[in-house]
Amino acid sequence: MSTHAVYVMSAYLVALVILGGLLISSLAARQRVRRELAARGLERPREQRARTSR
Amino acid sequence: MADLHFLANPARFRRFSQRVLPSLSFATVLMLAFGLYLALIQSPPDYQQGDTVRIMFVHVPSAWIAMAGYGLLAALGASLLVWRHPLAALMARAAAPVGAGFCAVCLLTGSLWGRPMWGAYWVWDARLTSMLLLFFLYLGHIALSRAYDEPERGDRAAAILALIGVINLPIIKFSVDWWNTLHQPASVARLGGPSIHPSILVPLMWMAVTLFLLFVLLVLLRTDTEIDRRRLENAEQQA
Repeated sequence: MSTHAVYVMSAYLVALVILGGLLISSLAARQRVRRELAARGLERPREQRARTSR
Repeated sequence: MADLHFLANPARFRRFSQRVLPSLSFATVLMLAFGLYLALIQSPPDYQQGDTVRIMFVHVPSAWIAMAGYGLLAALGASLLVWRHPLAALMARAAAPVGAGFCAVCLLTGSLWGRPMWGAYWVWDARLTSMLLLFFLYLGHIALSRAYDEPERGDRAAAILALIGVINLPIIKFSVDWWNTLHQPASVARLGGPSIHPSILVPLMWMAVTLFLLFVLLVLLRTDTEIDRRRLENAEQQA
């Protein structure tokens, strides 16, 4: 890539950080809420569900 | 339309999203890998812009998705205010941060393209300014939906903002025609077909589909979480 590589790579890095951050925060929030639900007995954690179905 | 009404039930929506999410994630990862190959390696440099044209493969789809995402917020807002669909508020809460993220990607990558092409990271051009306004509308929606102790009041206030703010979408789209802007006019979605060479158009459309799948994936994932969070809040209130 030519002289503008720094702009191109920075643009892709920005997109990776923002969209990757959204994905990671979404997955983390999902895990957190599911753990809280499981702690209240409203939803069993995945491991427990798998164990029960075996 | 009947299918959309069918999915408006949170329990049915959850079953649908949990069935769809694994295959959607797999398709998004595969398409993203090939899309990055097309965008960064296979596509040729532009005869005028050189390699900076590669920024367009992220910038343009992000702009489209940010605008479509706000259109979705407005439709969900109408659905909440008119039909009181229980899922509309939860999906709007889920979609707003995702739309804001894509809007931020659009603004920042555009800025990184502007520096080598225009000699400036930012100009107060009608297209750039209306896009910045869209970003603030997203932030306003997020803030309003979380501003009240009763989530239903926050959801209604955010829905009204979404419906008022939707006026900004045609302003963004036609800003390059209505005003004398530095930003170039439409080159894909225009009468007479795209004016871009297929060697650039194909990676652009590929990345647009890929990033749209990522948007859908994130919205489904976060809506699923919002449904669980609302269950948790209801359980806390009953306790």
